[in-house]
Formats: sequence, structure tokens, C-alpha cells
Amino acid sequence: MTEIVFIGLGLHDEMGISLRGLEEIKTADTVFIELYTNLLPNFSTENFQKISGKTLTSVSRKELEEEGGQKILRAAETGKAVLLVPGDPLIATTHIALRLEAEKKRIKTHIIHGASIISAVEGLSGLHNYKFGKSVTVPFPENFSETPYEVITQNRKLELHTLCLLDIQVEKKRCLSIKESLESLLKIEEKNKKRIITMKTLGVGIARAGSKNPIVKADFLENLLNYDFGAPPYSVIFPGKLHFMEAEALIVLAGAPKKVMEMAK
Amino acid sequence: MGRYKQIEEIVKLMNSPEMIRNTSIIAHVDHGKTTLSDSLLAAAGIISEQTAGQKLFLDSWELEQKRQMTVFASNISLTHTFQEKDYLINLIDTPGHIDFSGAVTRSLRAVDGALVVVDAVEGPMTQTETVLMQALRERVQPILFINKVDRLIKEIKLTPEEIQRKFAKIILRINTLIEKYAPPEHKKDWQVKVEDGRVAFGSALHKWGLNLQHMKAKGLSFKDIIDAYTGEPEEVGAKIDALSKKAPLYEPILDMFCEHLPNPLQAQPYRQSQIWPGEADSPVGKGMAKVDPNGSLLMCITTIEVDPHSGVVAIGRLFSGTVEKGKTVQLVTSHQKGTIQQVYMSMATDRVIVDNIPAGNIAALSGLPSVHVGETVAEEGVKTQPFEGLKYVSDPVVTVAVEPEDVKDLPLFDKVMHKLTIEDPNLHFKINKESGEFLLSGMGELHLEVTAYRMQEAALKVKISKPIVIYRETITDNYKGPAIMGKSPNKHNKLWVTLEKLPEEVIEAIRAGKISEMQTREERQKTLKQFGWPTDDARSVVAIEGTNILVNRIKGRQYVEEILDHVKSGFREAVYTSVLAKEPAYGLKVNLEDVTVHEDPVHRGPAQILPMTWRPIWCSFLLSDPKLLEPIISFECKVPNQFVSNVIAIVQKRRGRILDMVNEEDMVVVKAEMPVAESFGLADELRSSTQGRAFWATQFSRWAPVPESIQVDIIKQIRERRGLSPTPPRAQEFYEEA
Ligand SMILES: Nc1nc2c(ncn2[C@@H]2O[C@H](COP(=O)(O)OP(=O)(O)O)[C@@H](O)[C@H]2O)c(=O)[nH]1
Ligand SMILES: [Mg+2]
Repeated sequence: MTEIVFIGLGLHDEMGISLRGLEEIKTADTVFIELYTNLLPNFSTENFQKISGKTLTSVSRKELEEEGGQKILRAAETGKAVLLVPGDPLIATTHIALRLEAEKKRIKTHIIHGASIISAVEGLSGLHNYKFGKSVTVPFPENFSETPYEVITQNRKLELHTLCLLDIQVEKKRCLSIKESLESLLKIEEKNKKRIITMKTLGVGIARAGSKNPIVKADFLENLLNYDFGAPPYSVIFPGKLHFMEAEALIVLAGAPKKVMEMAK
Repeated sequence: MGRYKQIEEIVKLMNSPEMIRNTSIIAHVDHGKTTLSDSLLAAAGIISEQTAGQKLFLDSWELEQKRQMTVFASNISLTHTFQEKDYLINLIDTPGHIDFSGAVTRSLRAVDGALVVVDAVEGPMTQTETVLMQALRERVQPILFINKVDRLIKEIKLTPEEIQRKFAKIILRINTLIEKYAPPEHKKDWQVKVEDGRVAFGSALHKWGLNLQHMKAKGLSFKDIIDAYTGEPEEVGAKIDALSKKAPLYEPILDMFCEHLPNPLQAQPYRQSQIWPGEADSPVGKGMAKVDPNGSLLMCITTIEVDPHSGVVAIGRLFSGTVEKGKTVQLVTSHQKGTIQQVYMSMATDRVIVDNIPAGNIAALSGLPSVHVGETVAEEGVKTQPFEGLKYVSDPVVTVAVEPEDVKDLPLFDKVMHKLTIEDPNLHFKINKESGEFLLSGMGELHLEVTAYRMQEAALKVKISKPIVIYRETITDNYKGPAIMGKSPNKHNKLWVTLEKLPEEVIEAIRAGKISEMQTREERQKTLKQFGWPTDDARSVVAIEGTNILVNRIKGRQYVEEILDHVKSGFREAVYTSVLAKEPAYGLKVNLEDVTVHEDPVHRGPAQILPMTWRPIWCSFLLSDPKLLEPIISFECKVPNQFVSNVIAIVQKRRGRILDMVNEEDMVVVKAEMPVAESFGLADELRSSTQGRAFWATQFSRWAPVPESIQVDIIKQIRERRGLSPTPPRAQEFYEEA
């Protein structure tokens, strides 16, 4: 049987995998796991091995990207290989390359989905899924880019929300904080002066989505900048035009100032 | 005490440009430049007459005493009275060995006239010719001193007629070079002739010298001179002493400086267009032409020295304006400002603080720590064209690994390396990131030996590896297929490149600094179009690394600006350590043809864009018949007839090639070339197989393909030294399916 099964691990710990996912692991010949595309803050490899009864082989960014996942493809040529991925497996666009490569080699591929930050933020904030525009990642300052600002600008024009994922370097245990990401955007504002991101702009900060104690906080940037979100991972939403249901949700679920009601239609 | 009076006189003269002579002495190694300079210093009363000729004053460190060879330029100022007028002579000592020719070119920029010293026995040698040629190109006017005449008399025992014939031959050779390389309007009037007193002769060692005027005035003939060297040793000693009293060496030389070399007022107008690319009728240009002390500041830095008291001291020629303590100036090429802390004039190993120095002089400035050799110092706020990039003659071709014997010395090691590399721009120092080795590269075996010696001088004990040759990698042909595509490791970005081989004349222009990143885009575009580049390419050069150019032909794609810096870094890395053996690439033109960039910035960071850039460059490189180039030196050797066959054998054994052989009396001049890789230990071998009778010199000539038969072996050696697999990667390894 030559196949690769991509299995999502969900958002937080070893309990995020689906029962179907667990079943697939039990019949696999080799089980790979990558833990660099997203942060699973409470994931314990040891515990997971106990639950699944399988040994996990960790694959690095280098093995997956520079070496094109050869290790996994080779394993799949002679048996059933599983790749465990944080979140929903193909939301991390990186793995699409591997999936295509496998299919070209006539290796079958399957996906067992997991919870993703993309859907989690909607649940947590109460913002409507169909009103999100393009999402974007805010990079670390050493990779400074104006693209996030541009994406927010474009979405704003269409009255859409923008989900900003914040860069992480799991290898270095480093996460861009909400404060750092806002500061980086404010810096671009200072230069471009389009009044897209100002101290009076409404933002929603989210920490530890998928855990038992997530934080969701909506406020104007002047306050959001100094809000203590606790441990990572983080993301930020810049709402576009709010539906009144969304405004209400932000007030009830995310402690937004009452004023946001006036911004809704 | 006499010394301070001297300084006062100098300060007075600094303000009268017509009384200033900025000069240099140029010569082949060992022809007597240092001995002569000391004699001149003695004349100026700075060192006592008795010790001159023994204590080599200009060579301020021990090594030079040992090798009797001047290595670094050193400046002095002295005064001389000629026809009842006082003159200020700034003398810049230049090195005579080709390994240090960068320093020669730099000192020449600062002077208007040069005394060519030629050993009467050896005649003009390679180095005489190279340096004289460089001088003439910088529009520096020459005069001639024929040295070591004592040897013609004592050792070779020539008659007066034979001596004169020998002189005539030397003069003819020098004039042929002047004819060839002098600026057109001076090909005739710069010719050196005995009759008009532009040729002197004598013995620097015995401190006597004459030219026609002084012979007449003193009633001396060749016969009198020969007489002085005839007789019992003691008698000869006394007679030579008398000769040096009657005809002291400095008289004709300093007289010639004053009478026949131009002052700054005369020289600056005709040198201006050659050495400075700015507009002649701009305010700065006018100040330069008039040597105006109140003009807009213009100074060219030709030497940097580091000393424990004043820190970094920048020395150079002041062409316009005045430098003074506390003045804020602009450093034109580095776009910086700086404030002059002190102004000094140089006196050999000493520096003397003065209030200010006006145009036409050589000045030394402290307080500009980031200044580099070749920098243009100008008036703050005045738009000023920088001096042309100083043209270096040679590439570094040899590397050694150095490390302090004791790791505790690392901080000292750091400091010494910093000082040495700042003072000598031909010395390159870097740390190999992979191996952690400290690598020092220079222009030859000797250059590095001398540098090692200077470290010991600074009380730093170092271990030095055997010299390693630096190679280059290039392609035989332009890459002919369709653009090669590279993907980022995450496969979200793609870049298409094509590769061409730059013609030699463009490579030459890059090496000469005529095409550089320092230029504005407009200047560069103009130059490249002169080389036949289409406008689009000429204006789209985005990076130059070594002799390699990156052209961005991509139009109308999103996010290109956001990744361009990473692409440039990727290009620099790809050509700095190319793919055959991780040696630098040579003469490549890399064209960026097209790109697709992922929208999300985290998917296009340096970890993605760098490999995406170097992979297609290396792929197309490997597909274009790549080859390894090695540095070749030219070698010229004058040797008595009976040893010629030994010299030829040495050349041939060292993979060399004889280019030419010319008979000169009972000597033969052998011109040859050989790879640097085979040149190590040449000095010892030549000495032992010619009983020390060979006069010779080498200089960097060109990069040439390594012979096919040994290329694989050499690549293997280099790769193994670097800890790489013995064979280079294949193109397929960098090729991506669409
Ligand atoms: N016989 C003789 N030897 C000289 C004369 N001038 C210099 N030398 C010797 O030639 C060698 C090189 O001289 P030096 O001044 O260091 O030459 P540089 O390399 O041009 O600076 C030294 O050994 C000097 O003593 C000279 O006029 N006659
Ligand atoms: Mg010398």
C-alpha cells in the first residue's frame, strides 16, 4: 500500500486529533510529525506516542522544504506513511508541494482534517466567516514587509475583515507578540499616512485559540497595545465594516468598548 | 633645535604654492631609493650627515632594514634653497616591489613630479617601467637619477666613454617610455636630457651626485670621478669623502626638483582632467585649477595610518581650500560627515601639529575614523565629484590562514589586523564562517610574509599556514538555453535567470573602478552604454560583486521590491563562493528574467529567497562549460649568459612559458610567465641556481584557465581542503521541473 495520509493535529495539544486520525495512525507503517509550521503549545510527543502506540519521526523544515520531503516519499513508496501537521494539514501551504509531488509519483494522498486557526478565530470573536478577506502573516522585524499593511488596506476598501497571523520560529521558540505586530503596522502608517492603522483603529487580539483558556480582546489600538495576552500563540483581526450582530459579539465575547455599536450597520 | 626652525620655515612656505614641489621617488626594488631619500633628509639637517646611508631613516621598521626594502609609503617635508629662493619639497617614498603596487599608485596621485632612480649596472627593470608608466598616466612629470655609478667604476671598470654610452642607453630607454605614456602635449617637453640638467648620476651609498651643470660649475669630469675610486682602500675612502663634500648628492637632486618639476599652480590645471572627473568650471573645479586656499575644499586621501596617539590618520593631497582643526568636512564617496580633530604635516616617522594647511600641500588629518584610502574630502554642503576610483593594478592572489599562537592574544590580534588592513587596502582579511579560520589574502607570497612580520613587530605571535592560491571560476560561453527557473525551498516562489559571460573590457572596467555600485545609476548607465550595452540592461544593474554584475530585467511583477534585497544577497553569495570549488566567480552577468513571489511575506523571507537565487545561477553556470581560472604572474629576469639555461629550466619546471629573450651585452633578459601556484619558493631557487646573479621581478598578469589535464585534480584539492565532496555538483541537482 503506497500512500501518504496528512492528519491535522488541531490547535493546542495531543487531544486535538480526530478519532479517524487516530485510527489511521494505528494502521500506518511510518508516522512523521512536523512541528514547525505552527505552534502547538501543549503538545507532548511522549504522551501522544502512548495514546497512539506508535513512534513519531520528527521532520525538520530542511527535510521538508530543501530536500522536498524525500524522507516521507521514500517511506510512502513501500508502505503507508502518515504526516502529522499542526492545525488543518493543508492550511500550511508548504505541504501542498509534497502532496503534488506524491501524486505525480502515483502515491495516493488523503487528508484527515483538524481544527484550524482560520475557523477558530471566527468562533472566538463572533465575526462572520463570509466577511473575511485575504489573510496575511506579519513577519518578524528583520524580515520587515509592507504587505500586511497593503492587504489590510485592500480588505478595508471592500469592507472586509483581515486575519493577521503572527510569525513564529518554533525552532527558536520565538513568537511575534501582538504588541510587536501592532507597532510594526503603526510604523508603516507613519510612513504611508493613509490612516489605515492608527491608535483609534479597532483590533481584536487572540491568544491560545483552541486551549481551555483562550483570550479574545477587542479594543482600539491605543489600549490593545498594552493589553496582557499571556502565552502564545497569537493572532490579530482588523475588522472591516461590522454587522450589528458582529458588533454585539465583540462587546459580549471580546470585551469591546460599547462605542463599536455605533460603527456597525 | 635646528629642527623646530625647520618646521617654522616649512609652515611659511606652505602658503606659497609656487615654491612647493610635491614629488616622489620611484624605482625598481634595490635600486637605491631609500638610500637616496636618507641622503636628502641628511641634507635637510633632520638626521646627521654621518649616519645617513647607514641608518635608513625612511624605513622606519626593522624588517625593511633587514630586507633593505621599503614597503610602505612614508612622507617627509624639507626645505631647499635654489638660486637664492627657498622651496618646500614634499617627498613621498613609494614601495619598489610590485607586490605593493597599490600603494605606488596611491602615492602618485598626490605628487606632480617624480625622480626615477635607475641602477646603472642593472639598467631600467620591469618595476622601473611599470611605475614610470603609472606615473605618466597620472600626469606626473619625471626626471632621472642614475645611481650606483661607483659600481660601474669599481666592479665593472668602465672607461669614461663606456660610462657615457651606458648612460645614453638608460636615458634612451626612459625617454622611449615617456614618449609612449606621457600625455600627448608633453611627449616632447618631458623628455629627460643630460644637456638641460634633468639627468643626474652618482652614488647614493657614497653620497655624491652630479648633473651637467654641477660638473661644469665644479670643474669635475668623469676622469676625476674614476680617479677617486683608484688607489689603496684608505686613500680611496678619503678621496670619496672629499668627492661627497665637493659634490654632495642632494645638490643636483634638490636643484632638479626646484628647477625642472612643476609647482602645484602649474601642474593642477593639466592634471585635473586626468585625476578628477568633476566639471572644470564648477566652483570646486576652479578652486583646483587655481590652487585656491579660499576655494571649496578638495582633498584626495592617499594613505591611512593608524597610530596609538592620534588614532586613524588620513594623509593626502590638498588640491583646493584649506584644512584646519575643528572644520567639519564631507567624505564624498561614503556620504558621511566628519570633524577634523588635528592637522599635521608629516616628517618621516613623525607628525607635527600645525594650525592649518592650504591647497597645494600634503596634509595629514585625524578625527575621521571611517575614512578610507581613495576617499575624497570636500567642503560640507558643496556638491563635489569624488576622485575617480584609484586604479589598483593587482588582485589578491594568495591566502594564508593566520591565528595567534596564544588564544589569549585574540583581542590584540583583532586590533593588529584592523590596523594592518586599514593601512594597506591591498590586504584582505576575513573570517571563514564554516571553519572559523582567519584568512589573510594579499598580492603575493612576499606581501604576506611582510605582513606577518609586521604582526610580530606589534608583539603578536602568530601561526601561519602555507600559502594557498586563490582561483576564479567562470564560464566559457553564454548560457544558451531558455531561462533557468529556481524555486524557493517552500516552492512558493520562482525566479528565472539567464547567464552571460562579460567581455574582458567590461571586467577590466569593473576592476579599474569605472563601473561600480558607488556610481549613480546615470553614470553607470552611461559607461555601460559605451561598452555597447542596451539601455534597458545598462540602467537595470542592481548589484556588482567582484567582477560580476546582476541585472534586473523583471518588469511589472508584484512584490519584486520586497524581495530584491534578498535576491541581491543570494547573488552575492552565489558568485562569492561559486559552485565548482567555492572560489569567487569571474566576469558573470546574471540577468533576472522573471519572478513569481508569494503574497504572504513569511513565505518569502531570506531562507526562501537566497536558495531560490543561487540555485538557478549555479545551474546555468554548470550548463555553460564552466572552468577554473588561476592567477598568472609575469616574470622578468636579467641574468648572465652562463645561467640562462638554469633560469629557463626553472620556468619550465614551474609550468611556465618563455615569452621573450633579449641579449643585453653579456646578460640575457628572460621574459616569462607562470602560475602563482608554481611560484612559491622561486626566490630561493633562483638564487641558488644562478649564484645570486639573477635580477628579477614578478607581477600579477592575468587570470588564465587551468590546463584541462589538471583542472579536475585542482578542483578536488580545493574542495577537500574546504571539507566538500571531491567532485562538484551536477547541474541537475539545481534544476527544477516547472
Ligand atoms: N654600490 C652601491 N650600492 C648602493 C647604492 N645605493 C644603494 N645601494 C645599495 O643597494 C641596496 C638597496 O638600496 P635601497 O636604498 O634599500 O634600495 P630601494 O629598494 O630602492 O629603497 C642597499 O644594499 C644599498 O646599500 C650606490 O650608489 N652604490
Ligand atoms: Mg627602500
